[in-house]
Amino acid sequence: MRGFLLRRLLYMIPTLFLVSITTFIIIQLPPGDYLDALAADMGEAGVENTAVMEALRQQYGLGQPMYVQYFKWMKGILLEGNFGISFEKNVPVNDLIWDRLAWTFGISILTLMFIWFTALPIGIYSAVRKYSVGDYVATFFGFLGLAIPNFLLALVMMYVAFKYFGQSVGGLVSPEYLNQPWSWAKFVDLLQHIWMPIFVVGTSGAAALIRIMRANLLDELYRPYVVTARAKGMSEFQLLLRYPVRVALNPFISTIGWILPTLVSGEIIVAVVMNLPTTGPLLLRALLVQDMYLAGSMILIVSVLTVIGTLISDLLLAWVDPRIRYQ
Amino acid sequence: MTMTQTELANAAESNIDPTPIVLGPWALVWRKFRRHRLAMVSAVVVIFIYLVAIFAEFLAPFPTDQTSVRHTFAPPQPLALFVTDADGTRFRPHVKGLKMEIDREAMRRSFAVDAERIIPVGFFVKGYEYKLLGLIPANRHFFGPLDPRDPMYLWGADRLGRDMFSRIVMGTRVSMSIGLVGVAVSLVIGVAMGGLSGYYGGWVDTLIQRFIEFIRSVPTIPLWMGLAAAIPLDWPPLRTYFVVTVIVSMIGWTSLAREVRGKFLSLRGEDFITAARLDGLTDREVILKHMVPSFSSHIIASLTLAVPLMILAETSLSFLGIGLQPPLVSWGTLLKEAQNIRSIIEAPWLLIAPGSVIVVAVLALNFLGDGLRDAADPYSN
Repeated sequence: MRGFLLRRLLYMIPTLFLVSITTFIIIQLPPGDYLDALAADMGEAGVENTAVMEALRQQYGLGQPMYVQYFKWMKGILLEGNFGISFEKNVPVNDLIWDRLAWTFGISILTLMFIWFTALPIGIYSAVRKYSVGDYVATFFGFLGLAIPNFLLALVMMYVAFKYFGQSVGGLVSPEYLNQPWSWAKFVDLLQHIWMPIFVVGTSGAAALIRIMRANLLDELYRPYVVTARAKGMSEFQLLLRYPVRVALNPFISTIGWILPTLVSGEIIVAVVMNLPTTGPLLLRALLVQDMYLAGSMILIVSVLTVIGTLISDLLLAWVDPRIRYQ
Repeated sequence: MTMTQTELANAAESNIDPTPIVLGPWALVWRKFRRHRLAMVSAVVVIFIYLVAIFAEFLAPFPTDQTSVRHTFAPPQPLALFVTDADGTRFRPHVKGLKMEIDREAMRRSFAVDAERIIPVGFFVKGYEYKLLGLIPANRHFFGPLDPRDPMYLWGADRLGRDMFSRIVMGTRVSMSIGLVGVAVSLVIGVAMGGLSGYYGGWVDTLIQRFIEFIRSVPTIPLWMGLAAAIPLDWPPLRTYFVVTVIVSMIGWTSLAREVRGKFLSLRGEDFITAARLDGLTDREVILKHMVPSFSSHIIASLTLAVPLMILAETSLSFLGIGLQPPLVSWGTLLKEAQNIRSIIEAPWLLIAPGSVIVVAVLALNFLGDGLRDAADPYSN
């Protein structure tokens, strides 16, 4: 187990390095930088302040070769935890992102739990009652869940909630609670809102997992060991959970690895549509105005946390399934 | 023991025809695919959608940029086939006219059906000029109002009074072709990378596999958002289209590369590959003549399953405003019009019409891909 852990941790280092480089290249792609846009604005307004511009340029190393800028940025992050400054809002990136990142990952993890709690029983039911009405219904909704893009489902849900239930839509709490301190009433209000993004983001993942669970379990259900257990007079329910479901569960756990990135991706799009106080809207805005350190830091942190999440799922799998450990 | 009459007859018959019909692998694939009814229906739907994409101008009654101030947010007008008047009931396709009512207090206007006014609709009517298949100049349209200036909004109008039906039909071309072109790009990358990885193995394999794992472990949307946001807004639409396609195709190639690698690994040890190599064929010939044909059916199935992913990716990016830009009409840019809840409440058809088209297209492609995947290996049961 220790060797496995060590190997996985070592693999992470080049991955994280690649992530940081990719992020930096992407935020450098647009021609010009924020200061150019600022200079154009100032020129239009008739203010010419080259000294200030030059000072800013020095501070961020803008205009210097790309690798110099990259090292300046990375040095700040690794040594001081300083992700740079948001040009547009003129405050440190650190002040802007952590709340939103916490929400993004909070919602993603809740969504993961939602997916598990729905996909597991439905998948088992679909496999055990193969070709029953319930199986066909589950399969149909599964395909539908895969075919509807997240943001479209979000729009439809918002429309239905507004039109037929008169619920305020968008955001995580009702407008009257927005700047209130946390209270029981606000928490209840949060619960009334948060199920919608969780449901929207989780549908496609749940649909995929139902199909995986069904296929896995179908492979196991007709194995001789199941027949043996049945012949010994074990009750059907106990038998099901104790043997075939346990075996079928392993690929199920390994799917966290690819489901977490898609959940985070989905959350970001849905957040833009539903106007949630998470990473999505801020990232989109930052990308559109070329607020490069803000956008870059968010892409970087989201990616790094996802890589770590994937690592945790791998370790979990290795813990459950010894065959993986000894590969 | 004596044989019965029928058994004798059967034995005689099998003597007459000692060689059964030999079907080639593709015929077997086709035979297995035909049994998958849902996939067959989906294949018809997919062909229909691509035909719409090819003949979009012929099918769209109005140009996509034709605005009408008097019909902003006009609701859908249902198409009726029969007219009943003093002379009895006759077959005459038409839509009812729209009457605009202005509510001065609420400062908004609403439309009511004007039952008096009948706008006759005909087939193969004259309309705006276009080039069929980009070559043949024409001005006939499959259907439309007999007088091209009459309003006919089968699926409603948007905020500039543009016909949603025509826009969706034209958007089909862009959205569906992005899927195809994107798949072609990821096919090239995927087969090249997967082939290198599986055929040579060793450190090449490790390097490429680590790279694929890296791509798959990173949440893609923020990355694609960053890439797409880097496209300058003043680029010509065609270049934007191409770059968005390339970005979108980055999504599909990893799973394809894995599949190709797996096939290469399992085929590498097969006798016929060893035989081909002993015959003195070069690596290129072994790969192209012997390996690729034996897994091309699997590749086709994976490609079909990749198309809907790319369509969804394009739609998402365009919806966020960082993919294709407005003069270009795609399903994503159409949905962008329905971005906030107020416009959806006012004009639900802005969401429903393009939304259902996307869902139908993606579902059909998924079912088709599933059927193809099952049929891809005709020798398994």
